[in-house]
Amino acid sequence: MTVFEKPQALTEAPLHYCPGCTHGIIHRLVAEAIDELGIRGRTIGVASVGCSVFSYNYFNCDMVQAAHGRAPAVATGVKRSDPNNIVFTYQGDGDLAAIGTAETVHSAGRRENITVIFVNNAIYGMTGGQMAPTTLPGQVTQTSPYGRDVTKVGYPIKVCELLSNVDGAAYLERVAVNNVQNIKKAKKAIKKAFQNQIEGKGFSLIEVVSTCPTNWGMAPDKALNWLEENMLPYYPLGVYKDITAEEEK
Amino acid sequence: MADKVLMKGNEALAEAAIMAGCRHYFGYPITPQTEVAAYMSKRMPKVDGVFLQAESEIAAINMVIGVSSTGKRVMTSSSSPGISLKSEGLSYLAGCDLPALVVNVQRGGPGLGGIQPSQSDYFHATRGAGHGDFHMIVLAPNSVQEMVNLTFKGFDLADKYRMTSMLLADGTMGQMMEPVSLDQGVVNTYEKPWALTGTKCERKPNIVNSLLMDPETLERLNFERFERYAQIERDEVMYEEYLMDDAEYCVVAFGVAARVSKNAIDEARNNGIKVGMIRPITLWPFPKAVLNAAADKVKAFISVELSMGQMVEDVELATRCKKPVLLCNRVGGMIPTTKNVLDSINKAVEIGGAE
Ligand code: SF4
Repeated sequence: MTVFEKPQALTEAPLHYCPGCTHGIIHRLVAEAIDELGIRGRTIGVASVGCSVFSYNYFNCDMVQAAHGRAPAVATGVKRSDPNNIVFTYQGDGDLAAIGTAETVHSAGRRENITVIFVNNAIYGMTGGQMAPTTLPGQVTQTSPYGRDVTKVGYPIKVCELLSNVDGAAYLERVAVNNVQNIKKAKKAIKKAFQNQIEGKGFSLIEVVSTCPTNWGMAPDKALNWLEENMLPYYPLGVYKDITAEEEK
Repeated sequence: MADKVLMKGNEALAEAAIMAGCRHYFGYPITPQTEVAAYMSKRMPKVDGVFLQAESEIAAINMVIGVSSTGKRVMTSSSSPGISLKSEGLSYLAGCDLPALVVNVQRGGPGLGGIQPSQSDYFHATRGAGHGDFHMIVLAPNSVQEMVNLTFKGFDLADKYRMTSMLLADGTMGQMMEPVSLDQGVVNTYEKPWALTGTKCERKPNIVNSLLMDPETLERLNFERFERYAQIERDEVMYEEYLMDDAEYCVVAFGVAARVSKNAIDEARNNGIKVGMIRPITLWPFPKAVLNAAADKVKAFISVELSMGQMVEDVELATRCKKPVLLCNRVGGMIPTTKNVLDSINKAVEIGGAE
């Protein structure tokens, strides 16, 4: 009989995330992957700035908190200090795709052997819902009150598509956590991103299309619908690069 | 003591870092310190170390944070404009109580400035290296030998007090060649139970973090950090005195300015002027006590600087303005000449200590 248990790789600390926020699911998926691969004792996580800043309290492994956007650089240091460390970052869209764009692109370029969990919910959550680099055209936020006007502020950054042109990137997949089927796929992708690191395959990034019911101003179920109807067409799910598959061919 | 070798300042400090146990270096090209990166790129692979040229100064200092959080000795180096970019990381290093050695081979500013020697990052290093209340230990070499000695010292103090040591050199120190001894005897090692080494599933997770949402806790940690700083101010001040026994005038200078000043002092003494020098080696902690004591003996101070007058404020504070403090300065990459310093000494004699 399987008993539903909390993963070892999560601490007992209660999550501070808003009700219905998908961060909780993603935390669990990361923790399950760490448990299943038996790497908790040598895993070091890098928390970023944003809603997930407190992830250092939730993952039951050594953790360092990085300045806004700098998590991949800090992770580079941790990994280079001891390649036996399993190092992951957990970053939001503002952190990874705006202020930390350079760190993201160049750690991919170096094929830094780290795992990046990138939560894309198209908004700055912690500061109260401002326009993010991934905010959709027309989307209303606190700093795009008339909707994102692409003629004035430009277009969203599609991270997986962008990084798929970087030779160093080893594995890029975009997943979502809006239904059970997609959650299962997300789990598989996240686990593979850690497995790649164990095998020394290099930079793996999983973009998780996620919701922010609070700052989207929607009930959690409505937010999931909005994600399906608006985000998924703009951010198609799938594998954008996989050198492991290419190697197998 | 081992044989001396002829080395360029930048290369000597790089080799000293390796001998002090540093196996991780992250850099970015900027004149006049690029030799450090070039040297490390050659040497690190030979000692199983890591050399990485980062995509930016910001990335480099954050890589430093990553290695330091695992408990290993690590360094980065840059020059003034690059150090500005590292400021964010310097603040995080302080907030996380992480040790590191950061080298600033200063050049003229502000902005892109020039590439010739300067000391105009004195304020940045001793006062405002980033946001928040914090200090770095600031070491100012005035010879290639001191580039070596203070690199060892910098790593040691950084580990001992869990903070950043900054080697504040100038272009002259970086570029000049002198014979040096690299042998520094035993290198201390420090226990780092806080380091991120992986829990091995045997201990509670270690967390390296500077975020504290509770103001009372954040206040307490600030006060605790400043208690450590007070201890450093008591125990770690370094300076050199030159002909101060009978001095009626006191030059205060560090780095290349101190070398020029020495020549000027010798000349002034030939002219019958009793002048000496206090050369701060630690700019923070600043040698306040010795300067304050000197203020009871001498008639005036002359602060010789490659800046618009930054250390001069510390001299005034340390001496409680008991005696006049003159400023002798050149900037923009210009170095004060012996004559510049002599003129200032003569001016001090003219006013004879009168305000
Ligand atoms: S603000 Fe949004 S992203 Fe942040 S915890 Fe709340 S729902 Fe989640």
